[in-house]
Amino acid sequence: MGLYLLKRLGGLLATLVAASIVIFLALEVLPGDAAEMQLGQNATPAQVLALRTELRLNRPAVERYLVWIGGMARGDFGQSYSYEVPVSGLIEQRLQVTIPLAFLAMALTILLALPAGIFAADHHGRPSDVAVSGLTQLGLAIPNFWLAILLVLLFAVALHLFPSGGFPGWNHGLWPGLRALLLPAVSLAAVQAAILTRITRSAVLEVLGEDFVRTARAKGLSRPATLWRHVLRNALISVVTIMGLQFAYLVAGTIVIENVFYLPGLGRLVFQAIANRDLVVVKNAVLLLAAMVMVINFIVDLLYAVIDPRLRISRP
Amino acid sequence: MTPARASTIPGMSLGRGLRHPSLCIGAVLTLALVVMALLSLVWTPWPPDGIDIPHRLLSPGAHHWLGTDQFGRDVLSMVMAGAQTSLMVGVLAVAIGIGLGVLLGASAAALGGICEEALMRLTDFTFAFPAILTAIMLAAIIGPGTLTVVFAIGIFNVPVFARLTRGAAKAVWARDYILAARAAGKGRFAITIEHVLPNIMAPILVQGTIQFATAILAEAALSYLGLGTMPPQPSWGRMLFEAQTFLFTAPRLAVFPGVAIALAVLGLNLLGDGLRDLADPRLRRRR
Amino acid sequence: MALLEVEDLRVTLPTARGPAAALRGVSFSLEAGEALGLVGESGSGKSLTALALLGLLPEGAAVGGHIRFAGRDLLALPERELCRLRGNRIAMIFQEPMTALNPLQTIGRQIAEPLRLHRALSRSAAADEAIRLLGRVGLKPAAGRARAYPHQLSGGQRQRAMIAMALACAPDLLVADEPTTALDVTVARQSLDLMAALAAESGMALLLISHDLGIIAETTRRMLVMYGGQVVESGPTAAVFAALAHPYTRGLFAARPRLDGMPGRLPTIPGSVPDLADLPPGCPFAGRCALAIAACTAAEPPAVDIGPGHQARCIRLDQQPPAGDPVAGGPA
Repeated sequence: MGLYLLKRLGGLLATLVAASIVIFLALEVLPGDAAEMQLGQNATPAQVLALRTELRLNRPAVERYLVWIGGMARGDFGQSYSYEVPVSGLIEQRLQVTIPLAFLAMALTILLALPAGIFAADHHGRPSDVAVSGLTQLGLAIPNFWLAILLVLLFAVALHLFPSGGFPGWNHGLWPGLRALLLPAVSLAAVQAAILTRITRSAVLEVLGEDFVRTARAKGLSRPATLWRHVLRNALISVVTIMGLQFAYLVAGTIVIENVFYLPGLGRLVFQAIANRDLVVVKNAVLLLAAMVMVINFIVDLLYAVIDPRLRISRP
Repeated sequence: MTPARASTIPGMSLGRGLRHPSLCIGAVLTLALVVMALLSLVWTPWPPDGIDIPHRLLSPGAHHWLGTDQFGRDVLSMVMAGAQTSLMVGVLAVAIGIGLGVLLGASAAALGGICEEALMRLTDFTFAFPAILTAIMLAAIIGPGTLTVVFAIGIFNVPVFARLTRGAAKAVWARDYILAARAAGKGRFAITIEHVLPNIMAPILVQGTIQFATAILAEAALSYLGLGTMPPQPSWGRMLFEAQTFLFTAPRLAVFPGVAIALAVLGLNLLGDGLRDLADPRLRRRR
Repeated sequence: MALLEVEDLRVTLPTARGPAAALRGVSFSLEAGEALGLVGESGSGKSLTALALLGLLPEGAAVGGHIRFAGRDLLALPERELCRLRGNRIAMIFQEPMTALNPLQTIGRQIAEPLRLHRALSRSAAADEAIRLLGRVGLKPAAGRARAYPHQLSGGQRQRAMIAMALACAPDLLVADEPTTALDVTVARQSLDLMAALAAESGMALLLISHDLGIIAETTRRMLVMYGGQVVESGPTAAVFAALAHPYTRGLFAARPRLDGMPGRLPTIPGSVPDLADLPPGCPFAGRCALAIAACTAAEPPAVDIGPGHQARCIRLDQQPPAGDPVAGGPA
C-alpha cells in the first residue's frame, strides 16, 4: 500500500510539473514577446517596455518559470493585467462558483448513471434495457451547451422556474446559489451521465458473466443479493476509472457552460482573460484547471486501492 | 477460444449489416451529413451568407423553410453549409489523430521497453489535459479559427489512437505467426507493416468513427465560445451562439443547428457502435 | 426413495442459429450417500445437467422433465425456494478455482456467507465456523487463511476454500463439475481425495463430473456417459469399464492418455461434437462412429440392457470389435 501510494504521489507531482512546463512554454515562450501580444498592436513602445519589465521578460525563461512556480507555492499568482488585482484573489472568488458547480454536476451524474446502468444490465436485452441504451445515445449526441440553451428556454423563458443566468453569490443563503447552479449542473451532467450509464451497464454485465457470480448464486444468494454483494463492487473498479476521467471533462465543460449561463466561475474567467489577452490569468487558471483534473485522477487511484485488495499488497 | 481475427472485419457482409438497426440508422444519418455537406458546395436554397435585413427573423415558411436569422440569412442554407465545417474539422482531426497516434502506438508496441513506457506516460498526461484547455491555449497563442480547433482536437486524438494501437498491436505481436515471421528473420518494421497494421484496422476504424463524432461536438462548442470557426464561414456552434441573443424573440433559431449537431453525432456514434458489434460479436453475446 | 431423481430432463438453449436441444431426455437417480460419475466431452451436456440441478441454467433456457430432490420437483419450485436449497442442501464446486472466488472479499467472508444465509448465524459465529471449515479442508493456519484474499492463495488452496464453502451447510448433495481440471496433477489428486473423503464422512451424495476416467474409476461406484445431450451408457463403474459397450465409451477410453500404453500418437475420436442446433435424426454419435449403418441414422436408438443396472443406447452392441482396436481413428 505504501509503495503504491508513493508511486502514485510521485506520478501526480511529475504530471503537475510537466503540465506547468507545457503551459509555461505555450503561453510565455512560444508566442515570442508576451508583452507585445498582451498589449496588442496599438501599444506604444514605452508601454510594451514597461510591461516587459513588469513581466520580467528580459530575464531568462528558466528564471521566470521558477519565479512563477515559487510564487504559486506561496499563494502569489501574480497580478492580473486586465483586472488590476492579484490573480490569487480573482481565482479564489471564481472557484466558489466552479467547484460547487463541478461537484454538483458530478453528483447528478452519479445519481443518474449508477442506478440506470445497473438497471439496464439487470434487464439485459429486454425492452427497458433497449430504452435506456436509446436514451444514452441521445445524451451522448446532444452538445451540453445546446442542452443548456434548451433548458433555459424551457425552465427560464417558458416556465420561469429558474434564472436564465447569473449568480447571486453564496451570501444570500444556500438555496439562491444552488438554484442558479442547478440548470448548469444538469446540462453538464446529462452527457456524462449518458457515458457513465453505458460504462456501468457494460461493467456490471461483464462481472455478471464471471465465475464467482455463479458461485454466489450456487451458495443460495438471490439474484438481487448477488448483484449487491458481489457484482457491484467488482464493477465499480472500471466505473471509478471513468468517473475520474469524467471529472476532467466536467471541469473543462464548465468553461462552456459558465459562458451559457453567465456564471462568474473559473471557466468564464479563463475565457474572458483570453479575450482580454491577460496571459497571467490564463496561465494560472489553466494550470489550476489541469491540476484539479490531475488531483481527482490521483484520488481515483487511491480509491482503487480501497476497492481492490489486490492493489493493497506491495508488489514484488 | 476466439479464432484469430482476419485482416478484414469478419462477418462484415451486407446481409448482416442490414439486420443491425443501430448500424443502419447510423449509416443513413452519416450519409445524410455527407450528402448535405457536398450538396451545399454546389447548391443551397439561398446563399448561406446572403444578408437580407428586410426579411430578418422570418418564421419558417414557403420561401425560407426554416426561417431567417437576425440578418435575414436563410437558416436552412446555413445549416447545410455548416455541415461542411463539421465534416472538415472531423476528417482533419481524426486524420491527425490516426496518423500520429497509429505511428506512435505501433512503434511503442514494436520497440517495447523504455519507448513504450514513455509513450504511455505521455498519453496519461495528455488525457489529464482536456481538449478544450488545449484549444483555449492555442486560441490564446495563434488566435481563434477553424485551424485552431482542428489542431486542438487533433492533438487530443493522438493519445486516444496511440493507446488503442499499442494495445491492439501488442495482442497481435503475441501471436504465433509473428513469432514465425521473426524466426524467419523479418524485421520489426516489416512485421508491423505486413502483419500488425492490417490486423488492427477494425478497432481503429471503429474508434475513428467515434472520435469523428467527438470532433464535431468539440468544434461546435469551441465555435460557440468564439474560439473556433469565424464568420462568414458557417458553423453550427456559431449559429447557436448568435441565436442565444434572440432566445426570447426567436427561440427557433436555437433549435435547428442543435438538432443538426445532435443528429450528426448520433449517426456517427451509432455507426461506430454498429461497426464495433460487427467486428467483435463477442460483446453482443454477453449475458 | 432416491435422494435425487432426474427424469427425462430436457433443456433447450437459444443460440444464434435457433434453439439447440442441449439436453435430450436425461434420466438418472442418486441415492443418499452415493457417488455417481458423469463423463463426456465438453459440449456433451455434463455441465448443463449440473446447472439444471441447481436451477442456474443460462437465461432463456427452456427446461422440461422432472428433477425430484428429496421428494420435491425442483423444476416446479419458485426461485425463493430454490435459493433456500442452493448452498444449503445442494452445493456445487466449479471448474475454475482461480475465477470462482470473488477477488474483492476475504476467503473467510465468502465461506461464512452461506452460513449467514442459511443457518442465520451471527457475523462472528459464521466467521468462527468458516475458520473451523478451513481447518477441516486442511488450509492452515486456518485463521490466517480466512483473512486472506483469493489472489494470495494458490490454485490448490483456492479449490480447498471452494470445498470448504460447499461443505459449509453440510449439504445432502454435492455437485462437483470438473473440480480438478485447472489444477496440476498432484494438487488435483489431493483435492479430489479430500472431497471424496469428506463426502463419505458426512454421508453426502456426490455427483462428480469429469472427463478424467481415472478419477471416476477411483471415486464412484456408478457412472453415466453423456454424448450429444443424452446418457448413452450408464451402469456400475466397474461394469462400464469392463464392457465398454457403447462405441463412444470405447472411443473415450482410447483417447485417454496412458502411461503404460503403447508409445505413439494419442488416438482421438474423429470428428467433433455435433451441432445441437441442427441435430441429424437418429443416434447423435452416428456421424463419428465406425460401426454406423443406415439404421443408426433412421431412428434414435433405445436404451438396451446389457447387465444388471447397465444400459447403453446403441443398436450395434453385437458388433464388438476385438479388444485393443476400439474405433476407427486409432493409431494405424
